[in-house]
Amino acid sequence: MEQAAVVLASLFVDALQFIPDHAALLLQKAAETAELAFTALGIAILIALPIGLWLGHRHRGLLLALGASSIGRALPSIALIGIFIAWLGVGFWNNTVALVILGIPPILTNAYFAVEGVDSDVVEAARGMGLSERQILTGVELPLGLPLLLAGVRIAAVFVIATATIAGIAGGGGLGEIMSNLTVYNESGVLAAALCVAAMALATAFLLSLVQRAASRRMAPRA
Amino acid sequence: MSGLRLADGGGPVIPDFGHGTACLRDNHWFCTSWVHEHWGETLQPALLQHIYLTLLAVGIGFAISFVLAIIAFRFRFLGPPLGAVSDFLYCIPSIALFLLLVPVTGLTVTTLVIPLVAYTLFVIYPNILAGLRGVPPEVLESARGMGFTRRQTFWRVELPLAVPAIMAGLRVATVSTISIATIAAVVLYYGLGGPIFEAISQPDIFRTELVAAGGLTILLALTADTLLTLLQRALTPWNRQR
Repeated sequence: MEQAAVVLASLFVDALQFIPDHAALLLQKAAETAELAFTALGIAILIALPIGLWLGHRHRGLLLALGASSIGRALPSIALIGIFIAWLGVGFWNNTVALVILGIPPILTNAYFAVEGVDSDVVEAARGMGLSERQILTGVELPLGLPLLLAGVRIAAVFVIATATIAGIAGGGGLGEIMSNLTVYNESGVLAAALCVAAMALATAFLLSLVQRAASRRMAPRA
Repeated sequence: MSGLRLADGGGPVIPDFGHGTACLRDNHWFCTSWVHEHWGETLQPALLQHIYLTLLAVGIGFAISFVLAIIAFRFRFLGPPLGAVSDFLYCIPSIALFLLLVPVTGLTVTTLVIPLVAYTLFVIYPNILAGLRGVPPEVLESARGMGFTRRQTFWRVELPLAVPAIMAGLRVATVSTISIATIAAVVLYYGLGGPIFEAISQPDIFRTELVAAGGLTILLALTADTLLTLLQRALTPWNRQR
């Protein structure tokens, strides 16, 4: 028992040692994964956010919003990325397309329900005050729905970072390449890469929660 | 495993698929013959393992969520910290969580189940809590008026009324678990992720195996979703119009 604990501790110590020892390699691989993940996340937001917000505002397309979320959940990301790579070949933009597809559902669904769920009395009051539909969406519904909307972006971000890593296992480079290469990098390298991915996702989620907090504070007096 | 190995010699690297039909040699998207031949030795065991893994993870996750939700329901101040912990776990990508557990729990099914349980908590726990808290105060008032004790109110009023929310959480958790469980194969050849990883780690992605195992995963998720929807209808006969 004690011996097992020692082995366990030494594995993690080795992994932590690996990080400074191979800082340049890890940074380069992490940058590859981050570039892929954030490009895809950005495109997914640009596509999904306007559609979700507008449908939610019009209270239309419930089936699309629900369907997007259930399909998004059911799709095994690793099979999807594999199919994309088998179909289009390995490449930055090919992988980006697959990640964008996986990132869209949570953003679209949450944007839809964030706006759709705003109290209809509030929206009616805004309409009665003479606000245009656009003003209602950006000035009333968006601020009120912001926490839910950003929660969707956060889920998509973690998901896309995780899947960008998997793309590496299928030959897409980045931290996944280290993870799938036990013979070259040993346990310490695989664990170190896993720690890097976890840190990247947690840091992104933390930043988004800061944005969420700042936004809701700024919006509070108006809402 | 399925007889995949590299061709020897200096020629182009083409996987040798054993008795290579034209379909397999050209690496088509779906070769019925391969699926037929490998159903018994590869796909069926993987599917059964996948179902077992999902049931185990969702079952344990549901039990933990239920206890946590009851605690947070009784002691309101515990709600936010419990929510924060499950939020935190959800932000760690599954692939990293699986790998980081290997030194602790080894190459065992336990290593696969722990992260899956952690992710189900994120979905099931808040749903149970929201369901319990969503019971209208008038209803609780009339339960009290009928002389129900606190325990009776919980089991006979609050819990039944929370069933739709609980079942919704269970459905989402089950479907996501089926999908995330494929990633578990990064540490251990187990479940439908096994053939998927085997297929994508070929020099030339083995399309038939990828499509067959990926398709089975999606079918399993859809089947589970349908069954749970039917169960929800059966459990809440008063809620038919939904």
